[in-house]
Amino acid sequence: MRMLGAEVIGVESGSRTLKDAINEAMRDWVTNVRTSHYLLGSVLGAHPYPTMVRDFQAVIGREARAQILEAEKRLPTHLYACVGGGSNSIGLFYEFLKDADVKLVGIEAGGRGNGLGEHAARLAAHQGFSGARPGVLQGTYTYVLQNEDGQIASTHSISAGLDYPAIGPEHAWLADQRRAEYAAVSDQAALDAAQLLSPTEGIIPALESAHALAGLIERLPQFKPSDLVIMNLSGRGDKDMDTYTRLLGKLT
Amino acid sequence: MTIALTSRIARRFADLRAAGELGIITYITAGDPTLSATRDYVLALAEAGADVIELGVPFSDPLADGPTIQRASERALKSGTTLAGVIALVHQIRQSSQVPLVLFSYFNPILQMGLKKFAAVASEAGADGVLVTDLTPEESAEYREIMQAHHLDTIFLAAPTSTDERLVKIAACSSGFLYLISRTGVTGAKEALPDDLPALLRRVRNFTQLPIAVGFGISLPVHVSVLGGLADAAVVGSALVSEIEKAASPEAAATALRARVRALKEAASQGLSRREATR
Repeated sequence: MRMLGAEVIGVESGSRTLKDAINEAMRDWVTNVRTSHYLLGSVLGAHPYPTMVRDFQAVIGREARAQILEAEKRLPTHLYACVGGGSNSIGLFYEFLKDADVKLVGIEAGGRGNGLGEHAARLAAHQGFSGARPGVLQGTYTYVLQNEDGQIASTHSISAGLDYPAIGPEHAWLADQRRAEYAAVSDQAALDAAQLLSPTEGIIPALESAHALAGLIERLPQFKPSDLVIMNLSGRGDKDMDTYTRLLGKLT
Repeated sequence: MTIALTSRIARRFADLRAAGELGIITYITAGDPTLSATRDYVLALAEAGADVIELGVPFSDPLADGPTIQRASERALKSGTTLAGVIALVHQIRQSSQVPLVLFSYFNPILQMGLKKFAAVASEAGADGVLVTDLTPEESAEYREIMQAHHLDTIFLAAPTSTDERLVKIAACSSGFLYLISRTGVTGAKEALPDDLPALLRRVRNFTQLPIAVGFGISLPVHVSVLGGLADAAVVGSALVSEIEKAASPEAAATALRARVRALKEAASQGLSRREATR
């Protein structure tokens, strides 16, 4: 980020994850609101931010839909994307919402276990991930990982971008409507997927995007030859080289 | 309306108005460091003359709070404080004090308890009002209806950036008093009050008959002196929480809190003539 010209201020408060960075950004914003504007890279925060970010990101789905129609002359059967707050996924899904036959699949961070604090899976109770209930965090009413008293839970994911206790509210709605389905994959599955993609395609994926790929790989046996899948490889692995080195370096 | 007139908060503001005196509202985080210490602190604050006491319900993500109250919330959560525990504390305090009590919370703990259950048990315990920092007027209809049914005042926040249209909305949703944030930002003690605060107070006055309490950044008797004649009450929070944080023992903290509030009350009573001159 610094190489790209940004000033980066680390967050020292709370659990020092994405939610704490958002807390600090909001605190800074309300303090300097007369001279600054709040920008968030995900579909989180109070209305109208989730809608705004969705509309900005929707270019992903518009371009993907146009390109696949041109290349394949038909719509895809499945879309896959990772879901932290859920901006790349809602951006991909949005243009296809009206296409009822296109299955939308969001992949969350299953972390290192099912217990509260071990994962960041808000919509994967069907896989045994515990602790998500409707609640309010940072101005959004959505599924939130929390304890019985309404205190927001700590989360774990190998991927910083998925390591967040709430999910963008439109995903909560799509899940409740059963228009999209959500599932979680583990840290290890994401790492394995990254190690498969890198030598196969020469693309080192971001750890977030590696979750989407891992979700797709887990479901490969269920696919038919006629299925046509778009998976959103939403980020590059440059930012994750430290993690890859730390976790995979010892394998060599 | 008879209910509003007989609530502890309304009675206290009526008394203050009659005396021409600025009220002192104090905030501390409940459960910092323990709920039993908080009970002693509340009684100390009341004894020293605090007119209303806000009990902060600790929350894991206190967005509206600066570092002092963030640390207090962490300490309170570490000691196992829950919303139910804070309500039980209100009940305990009511055994020995009739000081007006406001629960100052973020929305999620209340939502998880259930709005109806919360209102019933908080009211039964003896709470007088609720301030939910992250609940906007637009989303508050159901909440207000339920709180009102249990005779709990609903206090909303107005900010320097609130437009006239928004102040109308905030005033319509508020009961007990209106909480005016003195400056843009989060909670925390500051040296000086913003220069535009008097003009802000005069503007907000146009939109409400409710008492106006000014908070955020107020810590010193000199701040209170400036507010006399302009506001109905000053809210002091982080400065008191700091006393608790740095005290060597709960007894020392209680003593420091008493001294702080007495000094603030003294400044408030001396601001009397200024208030009558401008009202």
